[in-house]
Amino acid sequence: MINLFTSISPLGFLLEPLTHEFMRRALMVSALVGGVCGLLSCYMTLKGWALMGDAVSHAVMPGVVIAYALGLPFSLGAFVFGVGSVALIGFVKQKSRVKEDTVIGLVFTGFFALGLVLVSKIKSNIDLMHILFGSPLGISNLDLQQTLIISFIVIAILLIFRRDLMLYCFDPTHARSIGINTGILHYLLLSVLSLAAVAGLQTVGIILVVAMLITPGATAYLLTDRFDRMNYLAVLSSSISSILGVYISYWFDIETGGSIVLVQTLIFLLAFLFAPRYGILKFTNSSSP
Amino acid sequence: MTESFTSKAESNFLRIEAEEICVDYNGNLALYDASLKLKAASICGLVGMNGAGKTTLFKALMGFIRPSRGKIRINGLTVPKAQIEQAVAYVPQNEGLDCSFPVSVWDVVMMGRYGSMNFLRIPRESDRRAVWHALERVELTDYVNRPIGALSGGQRKRAFLARAIAQRASVLLLDEPFAGVDVRTEKLMADLFLQFRQDGRTILISTHDLGHVREFCDLVVLINKTVLAYGQTSEVFTSENLSRTFGGMHPDPISGAASLE
Ligand SMILES: Nc1ncnc2c1ncn2[C@@H]1O[C@H](COP(=O)(O)OP(=O)(O)OP(=O)(O)O)[C@@H](O)[C@H]1O
Ligand SMILES: [Mg+2]
Repeated sequence: MINLFTSISPLGFLLEPLTHEFMRRALMVSALVGGVCGLLSCYMTLKGWALMGDAVSHAVMPGVVIAYALGLPFSLGAFVFGVGSVALIGFVKQKSRVKEDTVIGLVFTGFFALGLVLVSKIKSNIDLMHILFGSPLGISNLDLQQTLIISFIVIAILLIFRRDLMLYCFDPTHARSIGINTGILHYLLLSVLSLAAVAGLQTVGIILVVAMLITPGATAYLLTDRFDRMNYLAVLSSSISSILGVYISYWFDIETGGSIVLVQTLIFLLAFLFAPRYGILKFTNSSSP
Repeated sequence: MTESFTSKAESNFLRIEAEEICVDYNGNLALYDASLKLKAASICGLVGMNGAGKTTLFKALMGFIRPSRGKIRINGLTVPKAQIEQAVAYVPQNEGLDCSFPVSVWDVVMMGRYGSMNFLRIPRESDRRAVWHALERVELTDYVNRPIGALSGGQRKRAFLARAIAQRASVLLLDEPFAGVDVRTEKLMADLFLQFRQDGRTILISTHDLGHVREFCDLVVLINKTVLAYGQTSEVFTSENLSRTFGGMHPDPISGAASLE
């Protein structure tokens, strides 16, 4: 380690990892997935869906295991279980008097437990650690393809329905009154959430996906009062965190998912402290309007 | 810039038609046999005590709650069709919104135009003009770039009214627009409503201020879980009717001040 610092120039510090095929792939996938999750995180934080994000990302676990066991694309299994958990949450909430956050917690832990049980029972070559903690450095070709496709679907949906989804998060009553079908938007957003969780699972794993789905949005929210700018900032901070995280993980030989999320958390902390208007240490000069 | 709705305003075109509406919340009756017919170019006051079902009637007219019985038509269309045609604009009593949402006043008023845009909701020049015009009408042009959360309560109310104006609907449903606004804004709104009536639009306004009703509503509906009386303001505002509406506590029809029977 020490040698590395003394023997490599700062530029080499950035370029040396790029000579490895696996690092180029890891950086690309992580940046893309970071951007996708970052974009979605704006809606998650504004809609107050942090717990929902946590739920969906954990609930995809049994789907991933079953898909692997059956030799299906893992994203398919994950998507089915992600959407399934959401439908189940909606159903239980409607049919019982139990409060929503309780139902969410109940359903996702149930699904997650099922996933753990399945992993221990189905003797396959699934590496539990990869599902739980992600492994962008060792991503397979098939996983890479799936992640790319998912990312483009999510981006397309979020860009096409950008305004409608924003309106839905801000004022669903008005959305309905001008003839927009908010029921469809609700499930569209949840489907996108399931897809993004599947993509995020590739880089940071199931346990930390929820960070990808809320932290960039929260950071951006501290920095601006405009929805569009919030989108750019979230995507930017999320992609940068992912790239930095992968580099750090390479140089210091630490767990990649953890390092990506830690960088994200640090960026949030910086915004929390120093954001021009909403940071706790306001450095705005009083002369500015 | 005034647009006219006269093509449908002429004759006795019915803008709002509600027939024997019944609404219950999990078995608690909030509204029964409520019927109402409003022609084009009219301003109608909706008066009743707290819990009388005013907001419930609005929600039923907007299709937000499904009546257990009854029929509703807006401009002769079912509610969903009318909404798709941007025929009806609704300003709720309290928006109950997250006002820390990162949108500016301009963005909020632009939302009134979404229904008329293509599916990507890219504003055209005409949309921008409509938004600016609406902001002028409520005197909020100095605040276009303010975050919606940085407005006062009354200014926010004007912003949401501007959004309804920008929508250019022929039917406006306003739930207590005068609550918490200053005298100047009251005057501004009243002028606006009179102008809208001239354009051929129909406005249903719920209010607790009977003075307002006298001033500019040509029609009035008194409700208490059902329509108690309905018609020309001068004919409906009798002390007997008001007493029935407010259950003994009846406000003076002129001053609006409460007096006990
Ligand atoms: N979501 C709800 N669930 C159950 N009951 C409700 C609900 N909303 C309203 N109600 C009841 O229905 C009745 C009518 O309420 P509504 O809000 O329509 O009154 P209102 O005339 O608008 O009163 P206010 O002048 O206070 O605004 C009330 O008795 C109220 O308690
Ligand atoms: Mg009300």
